[in-house]
Amino acid sequence: MLRLRPQVLSGGAFVASILVTLFGLLVLTFIIGRMMPVDPVLAIVGDEAPQSTYDRVYQQLGLDQPLYVQFFRFVSDVLRGDFGVALITGRPVIEDIIRVFPATIELGTVAILIGAGLGVPLGVAAAVRRDRISDHLIRFFSLIAYSTPVFWLGLMGLLVFYAYLGWSGGTGRVEIFYTGIVQPITGFLLIDSAATGQWDVFMSALRNIWLPALVLGLSSMAYIARMTRSFMLEQMGQEYVLTARIKGLPEKTVVWRHAFRNIRVQLVTIIALTYGGLLEGAVLIETVFSWPGFGSYLTSNLMIGDMNAVMACTLLVGLIFIGLNAVSDVLYRVFDPRTRTA
Amino acid sequence: MTDTLLSVRNLNVEYLSSRGPMHAVRNVSLDLGREKVAIVGESGSGKSTVGRALVRLLPPIARITADRLDFEGQSLLALRDKRMQDIRGRRISMILQDPKYSLNPVMSVGEQISEAYLAHYSVGRAEARRRAIEQLAAVQIRDPEHVYGLYPHEVSGGMGQRIMIAMMLIPEPSIIIADEPTSALDVTVRLQVLALLDDLVRQRGIGLIFISHDLNLVQSFCDRVLIMYAGQVVETLRGGELGAARHPYTKGLLASLPRIGARQKRLPVLDRRPEWAADLGAAS
Amino acid sequence: MTHTLPTRPRSWRDWLTTPEITSSRQASAQRIYWGFVDFFGNPLAVVGLVIVLALIAMAAFAPVFATHDPIAQDLRNALSPPSAEHWFGTDDLGRDIYSRIVYGSRITLYIVVLVSIIVAPIGLVIGMASGYFGGWVDRVLMRVTDIFLSFPSLILALAFAAALGPGLENAVIAIALTAWPPIARLARAETLTVRGADYIAAARLSGASPLKMLMGYILPMCVPSVIVRITLNMSGIILTAASLGFLGLGAQPPSPEWGAMTSAGRRFMIDSWWVVTMPGSAILIVALAFNLFGDGLRDLFDPRRGS
Repeated sequence: MLRLRPQVLSGGAFVASILVTLFGLLVLTFIIGRMMPVDPVLAIVGDEAPQSTYDRVYQQLGLDQPLYVQFFRFVSDVLRGDFGVALITGRPVIEDIIRVFPATIELGTVAILIGAGLGVPLGVAAAVRRDRISDHLIRFFSLIAYSTPVFWLGLMGLLVFYAYLGWSGGTGRVEIFYTGIVQPITGFLLIDSAATGQWDVFMSALRNIWLPALVLGLSSMAYIARMTRSFMLEQMGQEYVLTARIKGLPEKTVVWRHAFRNIRVQLVTIIALTYGGLLEGAVLIETVFSWPGFGSYLTSNLMIGDMNAVMACTLLVGLIFIGLNAVSDVLYRVFDPRTRTA
Repeated sequence: MTDTLLSVRNLNVEYLSSRGPMHAVRNVSLDLGREKVAIVGESGSGKSTVGRALVRLLPPIARITADRLDFEGQSLLALRDKRMQDIRGRRISMILQDPKYSLNPVMSVGEQISEAYLAHYSVGRAEARRRAIEQLAAVQIRDPEHVYGLYPHEVSGGMGQRIMIAMMLIPEPSIIIADEPTSALDVTVRLQVLALLDDLVRQRGIGLIFISHDLNLVQSFCDRVLIMYAGQVVETLRGGELGAARHPYTKGLLASLPRIGARQKRLPVLDRRPEWAADLGAAS
Repeated sequence: MTHTLPTRPRSWRDWLTTPEITSSRQASAQRIYWGFVDFFGNPLAVVGLVIVLALIAMAAFAPVFATHDPIAQDLRNALSPPSAEHWFGTDDLGRDIYSRIVYGSRITLYIVVLVSIIVAPIGLVIGMASGYFGGWVDRVLMRVTDIFLSFPSLILALAFAAALGPGLENAVIAIALTAWPPIARLARAETLTVRGADYIAAARLSGASPLKMLMGYILPMCVPSVIVRITLNMSGIILTAASLGFLGLGAQPPSPEWGAMTSAGRRFMIDSWWVVTMPGSAILIVALAFNLFGDGLRDLFDPRRGS
């Protein structure tokens, strides 16, 4: 009987678990795709088509096959990256997605930088102060963040910062004047324009990204601040913090070099998961700011009812989410010092 | 008589909670020279609180007052935080009970020792590392170079406590407060660590305050023993002369210690009298 | 300490506050009484409750609260700012925004209530079955739950709503399909906590059937936290529903759904800020109210509250 090392077994179980979830994802997506009350054949051939045409297209789409065969075709299509052709662009959906994704990643990355960059220090400050005022402030801020409709916040932001104050560049990734000037190298406008030295485009891109990224990042900032505070409070009560103070270290060192170092791994996991959660907000924010990313793509296809594209996008989001969860799981296991030595 | 390093008169610690003030330490007085003084008591007697009050490391809701809290002639009570930080570690150090919790889990033990040195002496990191390894050797750790890079969860309890001692000794303090330093250790390791502590303290002329619940342990080890009950010092004895105890609490404690070879059917149980907790009043 | 005979309580207040309890009815009544006292000692929770009650009142008596017909158009007064006549101004078709918001509260309440009614039993059944029976039942059910949870809820709701087509009922179904997993998980966790208790083993030994076990013993333990959770989730449901409305799914025009109103007002936002601000604020206030109320409920039921 083969005796496998425990790490291999648990690693194997981990991977198997993910695969099962992925399979379930595919099943769910397949079912949703088939739920449509609209007859997909009629959508293609129209009402007036003769029966023979209807039958022909019916066969072409494989709808005469039993369900499990259809599912098998679906899965093999997915594995080959074939999601069909988008109605709007006429191009393969997978191409469209690859084209629009960088814009969303750029927006999401700036959003998480704002969210974590502000949230973590706020959380640490609140934990260190531990007075009732900062406690209440954080809870209040979180409450508002959870209750605000993100699309409305974006609209209000545009109203105030674009229409009234002029601090924001408005909708789109850059001012219309600059559209298409920079050749996409990475797909990230900020990087591409800086790399080619076109600083005026860079400034315009910056003026246009800060507001949507801020609105997108606000709720994640509330969450990150709250979790950071909670983690820090837990650490500050530990004995080793007392030891650090006994050594005569200044309080700043005690907080950052000792307590904070112990929550880094937890924070990274939280931030990774929040990053995935931003996708949800991105769908709405991109619509509000006419940001040509994945979210906009999804909603445009939604509006015209292109189920192929919508299901492809949904599946992709599910995959990303599972991936992020798996990555943060792995990160936690790797970095938790208690699991490092057997 | 050795010179007095620490002079405390009527130390009081009150915890201000929403349910009213809780008097954890009442009118504790002690003088410490280059000697070993034990503070013995059960859980809740206030002995650990005294230790932490001396270095002012109690939580903010604690109020520390005293007629006198002088270290080397200087009052510690009114000292500003920055000055207090200079004294902690460098002049007065504290060893905690369980190295599993009292060492930072994500820093190597060697780094933590170096840090203790660098906090008070401006030397380079290489120099600090050299001294740390030296100190590790002084606490009888074999292969100190290797141990320097280990993490707290990779060392045993006894080794961890030696590392703690090394860390607290390296800045060369005048006083060490040891808060139950051997309580978390195996019995076999306990005596070794005690002997080590004894040696180092004697060699370097350090004043030691040894906080414990173990009367037996301290009587052979310390020069003087202070017995605490309900926040007050109820008796002071010379080490080795515990038989001269007069206070009923001390006598009760001594009587309930099991002795090998003694013919006893049942260990006497301490019969607490409420008058033992009565306020003894301030010392003059 | 001498022992006195319990005196007959002299009033309702006495009966509710005396520590000497003589019947189980009195014990339950006291529990409810103290629950109320604690809840109303929390001002924010009370604010939440008041707003929720106002919402319900508005929905029930919309014709009384509204000042105009919500779908009546008056193109001469299109896009007019808030005034004495139109408290929140008018939209691009001259419809009174305030009245539309009042009638829109019906849609909001309809969605929240319907989704909760659908989700609670489904979540409870799946969670309890999973926790009680364990084994492969647990594994399968939890796997299905995990699969649903591997999508962000808005995106999944979007997919369902897109597949089902626009319309209010379809939006309700779509949201319900994404809202049940957390309830199932919660019910399962509660069931697992209770399952090992001695009194459960005793009941089983005395021959109670699994159905009786689940309904009579496990269910009552799960219900309080599920109720709290559903109340807390209601704000999320409102936001998801508004998002669906914003994207054109859900209630169709001329229905005064708040999200759809916000979306329709986008084009005119810069010159007529009220068309977007008003419906959006309504969403915010109601979501906030449910959050506050739910937080208050949770504090009430949390066994870790200090006395």
